[in-house]
Amino acid sequence: MYGNDFGQADAPGGRATTPHPLNAAETPDYTDALAAYFDGLIEEDQRVEPRDAMPEAYRKTLIRQMAQHAHSEIIGMQPEANWITRAPSLRRKAILMAKVQDEAGHGLYLYSAAETLGVDRSELLDKLHSGQQKYSSIFNYPTLTWADAGAIGWLVDGAAIMNQVPLCRCSYGPYARAMIRVCKEESFHQRQGFEILWTLSRGTEEQKAMAQDAADRWWWPALQMFGPPDTGEQASGGHTAQSMAWGIKRFSNDDLRQKFVDMTVPQAQKLGITLPDPDLAWNEERGHWDFGPIDWDEFWRVLKGDGPCNEQRIRTRVQAHEDGAWVREAAAAYAAKQAARQQSEAVA
Amino acid sequence: MSSTDVRHVHYLLGLGDDALVYAQRLGEWLTHAPQIEEDMALGNVGLDLVGQARSLLTRAGEVEGADPLRDEDDLAMLRDEREFRNVQLVEQPRADFAHEMARLLWFSTYQRELYAALLDSTDETLAGIAAKAVKEVDYHRDHATQWVLRLGDGTPESHERMQAALVAVHPYVAELGEDHEAARWAAEQGVGVLPSSLTDAVNGYVAGVLEQATLTPPDPPRWHARGGREGVHSEVMGYLLAEMQHLHRSHPGATW
Repeated sequence: MYGNDFGQADAPGGRATTPHPLNAAETPDYTDALAAYFDGLIEEDQRVEPRDAMPEAYRKTLIRQMAQHAHSEIIGMQPEANWITRAPSLRRKAILMAKVQDEAGHGLYLYSAAETLGVDRSELLDKLHSGQQKYSSIFNYPTLTWADAGAIGWLVDGAAIMNQVPLCRCSYGPYARAMIRVCKEESFHQRQGFEILWTLSRGTEEQKAMAQDAADRWWWPALQMFGPPDTGEQASGGHTAQSMAWGIKRFSNDDLRQKFVDMTVPQAQKLGITLPDPDLAWNEERGHWDFGPIDWDEFWRVLKGDGPCNEQRIRTRVQAHEDGAWVREAAAAYAAKQAARQQSEAVA
Repeated sequence: MSSTDVRHVHYLLGLGDDALVYAQRLGEWLTHAPQIEEDMALGNVGLDLVGQARSLLTRAGEVEGADPLRDEDDLAMLRDEREFRNVQLVEQPRADFAHEMARLLWFSTYQRELYAALLDSTDETLAGIAAKAVKEVDYHRDHATQWVLRLGDGTPESHERMQAALVAVHPYVAELGEDHEAARWAAEQGVGVLPSSLTDAVNGYVAGVLEQATLTPPDPPRWHARGGREGVHSEVMGYLLAEMQHLHRSHPGATW
């Protein structure tokens, strides 16, 4: 059962208390009724579906977030694809190709989910290419060694999962459902990344050093992935409060970051990797790991375009898109010809 | 090892190297394809070919029976250029999308006929590999067919590019049907098939696709590639191997 529209009124989790206003002609104050309907869905933790009326700001927030998420999957293919032709064994080559392909699939699900909000994939891609929409800034860092393929899986996908598991309960149905499949695959990727580093950390001295170096370079950008502080004195505004009220976001950036640190520190210990933070210490009182200050200046600098790979990532994407224009045009022309042929056959 | 076994090994290496080297080229497409669906599709084809290569190279190592046995990675990463037995078609550099579809159409059609024939191989492991692979390459051939139709019968530009791609790829096609020494032995033993026995079916299928796609069959090329099965490659091969092997070779004996 997908659509709320078909929910059974008397079933648990149905929409008994939130009847849909039928139409403008029969409903006085129709706009208010729609708003009340939407508020009721959110209050009862129901899913909003594409056919439901929703505030324009909610729709715009979702389009921005889902597009950014889809763009991150697509741009995120690049740092890992960088190692496909050089993977050190055929088994690793196969796993990496499958992984990069999964990311392409995630991008497609998410663009499709975003399209249910009345935008077109090509419109979103244009915005990515022109810099009007962002992608996760983590992908503006380079993959310098094979161990980076492991660190991306372990830390970057690990952080992404922290962010994405709560999105499986996001108030917007198509997004929530897309995230269920995405999360299953991402958790494979996280384990695969860990296993790359596990193998390296049991290997030669050079391999161990490679693993440590990758963790040194990816740890802080991974913590930045959760976004700037949004609780306590350091809170820097942003979209958190509104997104939480709408049931799009379930936990604050800071809570998710803490969960990630708490999950990852014991894994680093198992790997024999020292995380590059002298302030990292177990806090008995809080029941959490304390960690040192994050360099938010670096975060903003990279986000605004001054990172090692910002230019390169977009250039590669735009080049692929432009080089492929004649192919997409050919596919459209062929489809049109086929349709015309079928029509004339039907007439005949 | 008897001389008979060497030819068995060489036959298997030819099949495995074709798959491995083409997978290497297809892997280069990821993030550069004309649309995201195609990043996935070409990645998927490449992934199937890596899988075939792993099985075929593992089998080649078993039949070779060296002490210690050479495994798939020993064979993929530690052989030099002259020891690779793939046809030159698969090592050619990645060019435009029409070129890739021309190459994929011919190669997957060849693989489709090849694996179908190998279902009866007296090498039971090879027959098992073929049984899995024949289903995979059926999809590859279908994918290439659909694109050659779209590009051939799409826009004037795509038609022109597709036609040019057929001409560019054509000199590398004949080698797929050449009866090299290992293949002659394999066919006699029932291990393999004579490549020339597949040629009519391959050419017939491709000709049908080209006709439907409003494309002109390319004229016989002035030259054609030869020698891949004996380890004679084009100059691009060394660079391909350098990229594929360098990390593995930089850490002798390491586990990955």
